[in-house]
Amino acid sequence: MNNRIIQTVFPLVFVLLAMSACHKDLNLRPKYGFNSAAVYDTADNYIHVVAKLYAGFVLSGNEGPAGNPDIADIDEGFSPYLRVYWNLQELPTDAAKCRWNDVGIPELNTMRWSSSNSFVKAMYSRLFFQITLANEFIRECSEENMERRGFAEVDREKIRGFRAEAQWIRAFVWSHAIDLFGGNVPFVTEADGIGANLPPQTNGKELFAYVEQELLSIEDELPAAGTAEYPRVDQGALWFLLAKMYLNAEAWTGEDRYSDCATYVDKIINSNAYSLDPNYKRLFTLNNVNSTEAIFSVACDGAFTQSFGGTTFLVHAFVGGNMNTNDFGITGGWEGYRATKAYTDLFVADSAVSDRFTWHHEGHIQSIDTFDQFDNGWAQAKYKNVFYENNGDTLTPDNYSLNSQVDLDFHWMRLAEVYLMYAECAARGAGSTGQGLNYINMLRTRANEPVVASYDLDFVLDERGRELSWEGSRRTDLVRFDKFTSSSYVWEWKGDDPNGVGVSDHLNIYPLNADDVIANPNLQQNTGY
Amino acid sequence: MNAKHLRPFLTLLLLLIAVISEAQDATLRGLLKGEDGFPLVGATVVIEGSSPLLGASSDLDGNYEIKGIKPGTYNVKFTYIGFLPIQEEMSFGAGETKTSSPTMKLNGVLLSEAVVIGYGTTNSKDLTGSTKVIDQEDFGKGNITTPEQLISGKVSGVQITSNDGAPGSGSKIRIRGGTSLNASNDPLIVIDGVPLDNNSISGAANPLNLINPNDIENMVVLKDASAAAIYGSRGANGVILITTKKGADGKTPFQVDLQQKVSLSTITRKVDVMDTTQYRAALREYGTPDQMAITGKANTDWQDEIYRNALIIETNLGLTGGIKVLPYRLSFNYKDENGVLDRDNMKRYAGGLNLTPKLLNDHIAIDISTKYSITKSVFADKGAIGSAISFDPTQPVYSNDPELNGGKYDFPSDYDRFGGYYEWVRPNGNPDPLAVRNPVGLLYQRDDFGNAERFIGNAKVDYKLHFMPDLHLIVNVGYDYSHGFGTVTVSDSAAGSYIQGGRQERYDQIKTNQLLESYFNYKKEIESIKSSIDLTGGYSYQFWHRETEAFPVLNIAEDTITPPGIPGWNENALISYYGRMIYTFNGRYLLTATLRQDGSSRFAPENRWGLFPSLAGAWRISDEAFLKDSKTLSYLKLRGGWGITGQQDFDNDYPYIANYQTSTPTAQYLLGGQYYNIFRPDGFDYNIKWEETMSYNIGIDYGFFRDRISGSLDFYLKNTYDLLAIIDVPAGVNFKNEILTNVGSMTNRGFEFEFNAIAIQKKDLQLDLGANVTMNQNEVTKLTAVADSNNVGILTGGISGAGIGNNVQIHTVGYPTNSFYVFEQLYDEDGTLLENEFADLNGDSVINQDDRYHYKQSAPQMYLGFYGNLRYKQWSLGFNLRSELGRYIYNNVRSSRAYYNAIPSQNFLVNLHEDFLEDQVIQTSTNQTLSDHYVERADFLRMDYLNVGYDFGKVWGERMHLRIGAAVNNVFLVSTYSGLDPEISGGIDNNFYPRPRIYSFNLNLTF
Repeated sequence: MNNRIIQTVFPLVFVLLAMSACHKDLNLRPKYGFNSAAVYDTADNYIHVVAKLYAGFVLSGNEGPAGNPDIADIDEGFSPYLRVYWNLQELPTDAAKCRWNDVGIPELNTMRWSSSNSFVKAMYSRLFFQITLANEFIRECSEENMERRGFAEVDREKIRGFRAEAQWIRAFVWSHAIDLFGGNVPFVTEADGIGANLPPQTNGKELFAYVEQELLSIEDELPAAGTAEYPRVDQGALWFLLAKMYLNAEAWTGEDRYSDCATYVDKIINSNAYSLDPNYKRLFTLNNVNSTEAIFSVACDGAFTQSFGGTTFLVHAFVGGNMNTNDFGITGGWEGYRATKAYTDLFVADSAVSDRFTWHHEGHIQSIDTFDQFDNGWAQAKYKNVFYENNGDTLTPDNYSLNSQVDLDFHWMRLAEVYLMYAECAARGAGSTGQGLNYINMLRTRANEPVVASYDLDFVLDERGRELSWEGSRRTDLVRFDKFTSSSYVWEWKGDDPNGVGVSDHLNIYPLNADDVIANPNLQQNTGY
Repeated sequence: MNAKHLRPFLTLLLLLIAVISEAQDATLRGLLKGEDGFPLVGATVVIEGSSPLLGASSDLDGNYEIKGIKPGTYNVKFTYIGFLPIQEEMSFGAGETKTSSPTMKLNGVLLSEAVVIGYGTTNSKDLTGSTKVIDQEDFGKGNITTPEQLISGKVSGVQITSNDGAPGSGSKIRIRGGTSLNASNDPLIVIDGVPLDNNSISGAANPLNLINPNDIENMVVLKDASAAAIYGSRGANGVILITTKKGADGKTPFQVDLQQKVSLSTITRKVDVMDTTQYRAALREYGTPDQMAITGKANTDWQDEIYRNALIIETNLGLTGGIKVLPYRLSFNYKDENGVLDRDNMKRYAGGLNLTPKLLNDHIAIDISTKYSITKSVFADKGAIGSAISFDPTQPVYSNDPELNGGKYDFPSDYDRFGGYYEWVRPNGNPDPLAVRNPVGLLYQRDDFGNAERFIGNAKVDYKLHFMPDLHLIVNVGYDYSHGFGTVTVSDSAAGSYIQGGRQERYDQIKTNQLLESYFNYKKEIESIKSSIDLTGGYSYQFWHRETEAFPVLNIAEDTITPPGIPGWNENALISYYGRMIYTFNGRYLLTATLRQDGSSRFAPENRWGLFPSLAGAWRISDEAFLKDSKTLSYLKLRGGWGITGQQDFDNDYPYIANYQTSTPTAQYLLGGQYYNIFRPDGFDYNIKWEETMSYNIGIDYGFFRDRISGSLDFYLKNTYDLLAIIDVPAGVNFKNEILTNVGSMTNRGFEFEFNAIAIQKKDLQLDLGANVTMNQNEVTKLTAVADSNNVGILTGGISGAGIGNNVQIHTVGYPTNSFYVFEQLYDEDGTLLENEFADLNGDSVINQDDRYHYKQSAPQMYLGFYGNLRYKQWSLGFNLRSELGRYIYNNVRSSRAYYNAIPSQNFLVNLHEDFLEDQVIQTSTNQTLSDHYVERADFLRMDYLNVGYDFGKVWGERMHLRIGAAVNNVFLVSTYSGLDPEISGGIDNNFYPRPRIYSFNLNLTF
């Protein structure tokens, strides 16, 4: 009897089991996060993607300070946009040399990079991370998509504003692609979906025209200069970006656009939305939040916006040796960067009085004889994680001791540079040198330096070196003045020579990421690489 | 039926009689013949359990005689090479003379035992694939904590490299080389029919150390595709089938097996860093006044401070028996293993219960296996190993001696600031953030307590149909559950966390793995056509779930350092259908065909299903008429096989799904006075699919002199295509610059040779020897979607020392994976190293990345095993030697410490590697670090163990059997490599936890 039950039941169970195979069990999805299609169905979600686009300049990924990186093949701490950009803009120049042997850095110091340099690759990847995300966002924000999703007008209006911000961010990033890579990069817009065909290669001229057109098309969609919520972009940031592109147009595309630069510089100045901060040193302390001088800033926060690539990098990496860490509101520096003698010589004349003389030189020799010794070359004591009160009393923020993350914001675009752009345009014949001199002296006066009676074009470069020291602009400036590669200006270790030598012109732009040239057969590597 | 159960009592009765009766010796004699009627010369007869051991060899006529047998009941064992052994239970009365002349049967079979293959068993002589069985007797000896170490060096084509010398540390297992770049290269491990989740378990040193090696009966390695293809998508790296010990049938009496082991482990070598005298001399010669000023007055060997001699205690208890139809085995294991690194400890408590009842006149066979274990670990901070190499030897361990600490700590309160440990401080009293930490402080100021529990259980019901007994229906349900949890607490006085006020972390992880499968097996001999067929077919469903909780990181005062992040939640599933046919014609022509279809949740519906076929044939040539009577060649089988296996085991469960992730609370962005979580899309590849490996194998199995000499010879070729690799995707079309995708291909080809010999077989003396040789050559044959000769490849193999992110290895087309990629060091005529001078290989007069070249490989080109067992009377001796040749290692310990400027110009000091004295490198530089100067030949010969045992036979009455033994693990190492240990998988030696030498003593009691 028992046997009979077994004889029938067991085969039955067996057959049932085999038939219970449910192929739907293979449709498994992540529990956390959003489906890519669903994320844009809710109007409230859009600001979180805009936040990602802005955060894309300082954060390394979705976990602060590290743990879930946006881009691969570089140490996550190195990978944030600002840090990589800063290194590409300052390390090969006279301004900064780094003693670390982290992958890619020694080659940047001495201008020996190849197309597989890690920082070059990371920069390239960062540009396209921002561009691809902006493209997707702009695509999802189209009028048709908003219509299809049935959003209320009030939401649509908000989303249009987000879309314009995304377009500005994308244009800003493309402008770096022109500056750093000559614009000879793959070209993709919101019309290209994810996983689309291999993007075609564009060039500096075409890309310049596209970015210019983009910016002009969103001018009316952005808030008036100085009215956006901090630290979002408005027309001031748009004009600044246009001005800076026009300033470099000759170097980037061969076409002289200095008068256009002057036009947009005037727009910014005449908007009266910005004024110089009375204290230069305070601009690089925690008091700089929402400074009247700031046109575009990236916000860092020790508690909420943590990474090793924003100002946490700018404050820690420059401090070391016998520098007193308490002055910087940190407990220990990373002992990395110092300047060359050629560069710090720019500051020597007014060192006794100038607020812009931020160099730490006690116990240091001025030149970099031995690369790996921190006391070779002067160290930069400009960025500080302290509140600058009563001319020198400092206060470190509370959370620092817990996570060693810095609260300082970074002003990527500030009024001082607008003044210098004007002075340069004037010296190049597009504006009044009298007014230019006036602007230069405003900056000198603010820094307690004596005024000058006249200036020439080379003086503007030196003045930019002093005012915008270690703010990520030096390489662009030297290229524009044809001093980056030529032998007309050399500094120690330029061209891997202890005394400095001229190098080949092809180094004026970086090579395209070698891996992308392999992945995308449409791409032709930049000449000389 | 009842008579069976009476037997033990009868035995006991006889025993009593024997004991009572006056002791007068008995005699056993007889004549031994084979089936063919010819007498067997030199066969062995042993009276087991007699003390001293009695035995005899048969003479030229096959006669034997044993005198002097004490009255009693004994097991009499008749053995002869090439014949099946015979055991007879015999009782001897006082003065009795007995005769026993059994006919011994030929064992074409020495090679033929039942072998577990996937979803069934077969006779080893019927195998067509490359398969190797390792039985208990051949397992490694001495202190063995994890199962895979049992077969290290015993199988050709299998390379087992323990990760390090930490208690319970895992191993890298490679069967015939690795077939993948970014997917797993680990073989599938199946225990009693349950494929294991072999990924790490939080809180455990190694997921396999939750399995008690003492429970294992045998291990079977399926090496080629025709053997492994039944496991389809997971067979590409081979399969290891583990069978645990089962209960006895009702005939064998209840048995208790108690084993106690005590071991002591000790390090064999230290890293060659400078001693105080050398260090002071170097500072005087090269140093600055700043550096001289901060030297201390102590003389500390930091490596002596962190290593210790460590005690290991292990107890095993096995209870085997049968209650009527219910055979059972119950086992317990307790192991308390201290590591040679101070504070390192692992305790394991493991229990297992196996039940194997048979019901309904053996029509239903049930096989229930359950294993449960807990490990409780104290993980020492392994950072102490590097710190001990780097810490300034002139400084004391403790800061409370003003004589020794260089006067840096002025006040008694300062002494205790860092828990009393000497640390480098800045003028403001804070610990120097860049300095090396006191290694002893690292060990004692951090409590890292990990716990892991694991349950593996399955129930298999095998139903032999009443109306059709050749057909079996089998249902197998399995469950593998693990739970890992623990805490890490760093004291608020620890220098590394002093600023934060200490650190408290928690973790908790649960993993489950459910298996449901049903299959049938049909075996039929069809004599009319001289054929037999063996058909298997079935279905399997396996589901994995992993979950981790998110906890905040706190300091000791419970302020939040990092708020909790996003919890983890991952699932994946595999549905499979499979079938196998084994066809035998005329008893010697064999054909095996398998087919498996796997569906994986990791791929999009269009790419989800993969089909994995295999085909193999074998010819037992020795059974052919022309060889049957050969006196020399006793066994010869030719095998050939082909098959496709797959791979989907990588660390992303949703690689094809476009998904936006939300950020953690520490990755938000400020927009107008409010912080927003950020949403980020992940990179994905909708078209990602199976990586496939097509393998070919051809081999022979051989036996000579009635299989006294036996072995196999195999050639194989494995081509992996649709290789899963992380590569750059064209910029602008995906959200990440690199994604995991199917690109490229690679090849492994090799040769394996196995040799086993019973060199001596006499009554009192037996010597078994085994040897194996494997050669494997690996080559990447394609790495990009579009072939491009400019592609240098994918850098890998991160090193430390000179900066972050430097890689010393590369995968390049035309080279083995993980080839070293370095600068060619220049030397002067005397052979002295020229610092930072390298060959300009591309001739552009700039030394940069483009001047690096491919230099040697890290995987061995050849590896060998040699082992033996010697028995002399009651003594036994065993050893295992292992060697790997044609392998290289990057000595990162040296490259990161053998240059002067490793010592910073001010603030603190670090010790240097002794090689600085020879190389005289001064500056730090990435290129120097990436020099071929530091890539060293790492061939080695190691004796894994040497053990000696003594069998006391029966003691304290008739049933108690006592054996004792002593063993040494890691007996010696011969190598030209200058570092601690050349056997480091991956090929980069950096702060390696030394493998200790372990001396063990063990005692085995069976009753």
